[in-house]
Amino acid sequence: MENLINIFVKSIFIENMVFAYFLGMCSFLAVSKSVKTAAGLGIAVVFVLGITLPVDYLLENYVLKEGALSWLGKGFADVDLSFLSFIMFIAVIASMVQLVEMIVEKFAPVLYNQLGIFLPLIAVNCAILGASLFMQQKAFNNIGEATVYGLGSGIGWFLAIVGIAAIREKLKYSQVPAPLRGLGITFIITGLMGIAFMGFMGIKL
Amino acid sequence: MSEPLFSKKNLKLLGDPVNSKNPITVQVLGICSALAVTAHLKPAIVMAISVTVVVAFANVIISLLRNTIPNRIRIIVQLVVIAALVIMVDQVLKAFVFDVSKQLSVFVGLIITNCILMGRLEAFALGNKPWPSFLDGIGNGAGYGMILIIVAFFRELLGSGSILGFKVIPQSWYIANGGFYSNNGLMILPPMALVVLGVIIWVQRSRNRKLIED
Repeated sequence: MENLINIFVKSIFIENMVFAYFLGMCSFLAVSKSVKTAAGLGIAVVFVLGITLPVDYLLENYVLKEGALSWLGKGFADVDLSFLSFIMFIAVIASMVQLVEMIVEKFAPVLYNQLGIFLPLIAVNCAILGASLFMQQKAFNNIGEATVYGLGSGIGWFLAIVGIAAIREKLKYSQVPAPLRGLGITFIITGLMGIAFMGFMGIKL
Repeated sequence: MSEPLFSKKNLKLLGDPVNSKNPITVQVLGICSALAVTAHLKPAIVMAISVTVVVAFANVIISLLRNTIPNRIRIIVQLVVIAALVIMVDQVLKAFVFDVSKQLSVFVGLIITNCILMGRLEAFALGNKPWPSFLDGIGNGAGYGMILIIVAFFRELLGSGSILGFKVIPQSWYIANGGFYSNNGLMILPPMALVVLGVIIWVQRSRNRKLIED
């Protein structure tokens, strides 16, 4: 249990998907003009990550990595399919996003309309594939840890995008020099937020 | 019917993305990897070449297939083509430059989700012939690469005092050796990449007033 909380807190603050690894930047920059849409997209990302990571964990441990196929029979014990990881993960992500899209359309039609095109675009959000690849590197002990990692990464991303959306809404009332307006100042502020999040780096859990 | 290989229109496809339609600073695509791999110059160069190769060839393949892909599954087809190309590039990198491939770690795989790829496939390859698509891919890769190299150059120079691993700042300047200089450790850390990019955008938009948004 302690280990789960450890992983959870680490993935939200210390190894935040946006500020430590810069994943999901494109939609982070594109959707952060208003807090409402940012929050909607953030929640969708948490959903997708929470469902995709456990499935990818099962794939990794029972199909892809070296020796994973040994449950099929002795002869398969030295098969290493890890080169297929990219294609399998992306296939899982695309299908999960399709699934989440259908669920959201059925149970929360208002949110579905608000998000529009950005829901299917989660499939190419680097944060999702990135989290799966990091999970591969970190080699978690069980599916619970992988799920907690997924949820934590999603919540970290959610915090980041809602934060920058709130700041951008306030920025509209500031006098930013013309060449910096819009994209330039957003980059610099995201950098400053990143430096702020670095304050979490020394925490030992 | 076919225009010359390097006609003015085709040369524009090569030149525009380097400046006025730069994928990173103008189209806002491909940001993730541009920030993460630019702490040192060598991984940035390898990444730039990898992305250019993948964009160019993915553009060609999708352009050749453009009339046969059913609309409903086009995203899946694009993802499969991109993933296959990235797997090949990843294997080549692991074989020939293993140390850099370790430094790049997950970011080679993340080329699959690099928005430049989907962006160019959707915006260009699906509606244009193979040769212009190839040039568009090379152009966007070059624009992306240029920004990566500029950011990596400054980050490595100011953060480690070296370029491509060669120490450029004289050792006698360092405080440990009785001098006055020390490396700016903040530059190696990810947030500074964002600030350097912000400054590059500032410079680019000051010189080209048309890019300013309001």
